[in-house]
Amino acid sequence: MTFSHPTRRKTLQMLGLAGAAGALAPNLLVSAAHAAPPETPTGQIVVGFSQEPTVFNPLMPRIEVDDGVQFSLFDPLFRVDTQGVIQPALAAEVPTVANGGLSEDGLEWRVKLRDDVTWHDGTPFTAEDVKFTLELVVDPNFRSWRTLGHNLVRDITVVSPTEITWRMEETFSPYMSILAETFMVPKHILEPEADRNTAPFNNAPIGTGAFKWGNRIAGDHLELVANTEYYGEGPYIERLIYKYIPDLTVLYTQFKSGDIDIAGVQYISQDNYAEASKLPGKVVNVVPTATIESIYLNMGRPQFQDPAVREALYAALDKQTIIDALYYGLPTPSETYLPKQSYYYNGDLPPHEFNIDRANKLLDDAGWARGSDGVREKDGVRLAFTNSTTAGNHLREQTQQFVQQTFKDIGVEMTISNLPPAVMWGEYWTMSQFDTVLVGITFMSGADPDVSARFHSDSIGAQGGKGANNGQYVNEEVDALLAEGAQTFDPETRKPIYDKIQSIIRDDLPMLPMFQYATVRGHKEGIMGIEPNINTRIDTWHAAAYYWDK
Amino acid sequence: MARYILNRLGQSIILLVIVSIIGFSVLHLTPGGPLSQYALTPGMTQEAMDRISEQMGLNRPLPVQYLDWAWRLLQGDWGTSYRDNQPVLDVIGRHLFATFLLMGSSTVISIAIGTWIGIRGATHRYSVFDYTATVGAMIALSIPTFWFGLVAIYLFSLKLGWFPAGNMYTIGDQSVLNYLHHLIMPSVVLALVNIAVWSRYMRTATLDVINQDFVKTARAKGASERRVLMKHIVGNALLPMITLAGMQLPNLLSGALVTETVFTWPGMGRLFLDSLGYSDYPVVMGLLMFSAILVLIGNLIADLVAAAIDPRIRLA
Repeated sequence: MTFSHPTRRKTLQMLGLAGAAGALAPNLLVSAAHAAPPETPTGQIVVGFSQEPTVFNPLMPRIEVDDGVQFSLFDPLFRVDTQGVIQPALAAEVPTVANGGLSEDGLEWRVKLRDDVTWHDGTPFTAEDVKFTLELVVDPNFRSWRTLGHNLVRDITVVSPTEITWRMEETFSPYMSILAETFMVPKHILEPEADRNTAPFNNAPIGTGAFKWGNRIAGDHLELVANTEYYGEGPYIERLIYKYIPDLTVLYTQFKSGDIDIAGVQYISQDNYAEASKLPGKVVNVVPTATIESIYLNMGRPQFQDPAVREALYAALDKQTIIDALYYGLPTPSETYLPKQSYYYNGDLPPHEFNIDRANKLLDDAGWARGSDGVREKDGVRLAFTNSTTAGNHLREQTQQFVQQTFKDIGVEMTISNLPPAVMWGEYWTMSQFDTVLVGITFMSGADPDVSARFHSDSIGAQGGKGANNGQYVNEEVDALLAEGAQTFDPETRKPIYDKIQSIIRDDLPMLPMFQYATVRGHKEGIMGIEPNINTRIDTWHAAAYYWDK
Repeated sequence: MARYILNRLGQSIILLVIVSIIGFSVLHLTPGGPLSQYALTPGMTQEAMDRISEQMGLNRPLPVQYLDWAWRLLQGDWGTSYRDNQPVLDVIGRHLFATFLLMGSSTVISIAIGTWIGIRGATHRYSVFDYTATVGAMIALSIPTFWFGLVAIYLFSLKLGWFPAGNMYTIGDQSVLNYLHHLIMPSVVLALVNIAVWSRYMRTATLDVINQDFVKTARAKGASERRVLMKHIVGNALLPMITLAGMQLPNLLSGALVTETVFTWPGMGRLFLDSLGYSDYPVVMGLLMFSAILVLIGNLIADLVAAAIDPRIRLA
């Protein structure tokens, strides 16, 4: 199964339908060729994860496996479907200007909620819970995952148990996608707690999701049980088990032996793809993800000030060989930071060409002359820098050695300097202490193409900024376009803005885009309802729809 | 004797303080920290990281953080895991059982078999058995455990289907038989290396006493060969083994990282690695103190037992 790339027209139609599509959405998820899901939840499915989910308060900082579990336990107001369309979840409809949910200027929000939702303890879910959640995420005493967007919300008013309104300090269209990643938490459980950071809820969560908390054996597995009162589609299985298997080889072995039913994050390693695809009784697919592998340049360094240098480095990057030789040909080359499946992907960017001669000529023309040691130099700046990534990531380390060779051919000296993960992604990365970094980043936030946190000049941590512009990229035009893109909710109006941003960044090359990742995913034959979704971080985003076809 | 114990206890407490200061400093001075795992999370910003770091008290001066931690520890509060949000002692306790089960069974197997091989190797020196045991031990010691583990999984799980490929039990079936079924492969794989170790120690220890005068005297007195072996040779050869066994106590509870990983056994070794990877300071410090205490207790017990058995130590 691969991703069908929706045509522009089709996507726009679906976006237009967003408000009304709620009732149709479940049908899209189940293929008609197989037996219907069972009437009552039946059987169990074991999903193997190579990291351990440990964060169960969905508003606290989390990694992707935590996301995977939280999607089963909780619901947001909206969720993003496989086509990138925002669908109602706990909300009755997605607010638009047309249905009166949004004011023309995007500042006034009115969200109608479902009236048939209860928490796992039987208490009804109401607008009070939404208000509590939106206030808790910006509570200065609470260890909130993120406040972006939420910090613009003012005057939250509960109109009725099924209706809530608020005002935004400024128009911020990515907020719709942010809400799609904000799980609602129960007011009646958390409000009485003096310290929400350490509340018992955080280890025995109560949500509205398709599965209820069962029990957890720390370091081993987590058992969730079907919520038979669930308002939405499913659940069709009685028990959903997330099993922690800390090693990818072992994860794959247990997938082969049948100990786990689904090989979840970090999936099957690429070198096992050929064998895995031939395993009897197993379904193995290549699924693209939103993560883009690139070489991040620290634009604060003198070596990277000259655009000719960045262009030459890009031309000296033999992407295809790296993809074929190291990644088994699975990822696809990329010119931008957005995945090809995104509605906002710009497909008209100039294609990359690996050309050492051109790269050399670019540098010669720009006046970078080779020194006695073969390394180019101009105005006292040597074209020499370090490249860092997580130590022990073999594919990345081999990629570095390969890049090192082709860079050497154009008179550039790249020294490999890798660090253990906690060091690499600590201040070394967040405070831009690196020269260049080989990194895979998901730039989208949900389905939203806003990259202000990554490319806006206000977002440079090393310069006191608030975001994650770790490459210290500054471009006034991009700043203006990012602001403009966040001002409007209409996808058709936003698309050209983000096309333009991608085009400028492709010209500026603050990061040298390499490829879009593809993962090898596997599950046992007979498991139905698995649907990859480029707009979420994890494959279990919709475990409610899983069932056994027997 | 009481004075001896008190002396040892005093030394132990000073050692613990030193260990804690060094451990705390090294851990906190290492670049990175508990928040770096979130650095690549989509939507994560420097502002959010700074805010959370402030809330967690991570930007206080290091000595303040240490004193705060140590003061709480003295009051019996081992802290709360950053990763898991649970009390450190609970976290350790939950992994302790798994480790104890695995290490306990493998230690019993390895001591029993290793001692037997060692004695037999020494009493039948340069026999086929001795050579086979020596070569076998060298092989077992030089081949990494994970290789044994993976081969065992390949053979006995994937090909023959005799044993499960890993895990402590089948989820949903927590019967004793199910635990045993899962326990056999990892404990035998782990025991392989330890059998080699124990057999080598035991062989040397036995050879040390086998030609001593008191053994000759025993034989001259007309004691049966069996009595000479069991009482005079083995009895004395086991003495250094007690010290070794005492030093094994921390190993017993600190887990076997590699075996635990290969067989997805939720024990202490993996907890330590995971906590280190996440910079989960409270748990890492908890584990450090826990194993430091075990080392000290293990050595103390070994010394006391040795003193009880061997009057020369007591007198010294």
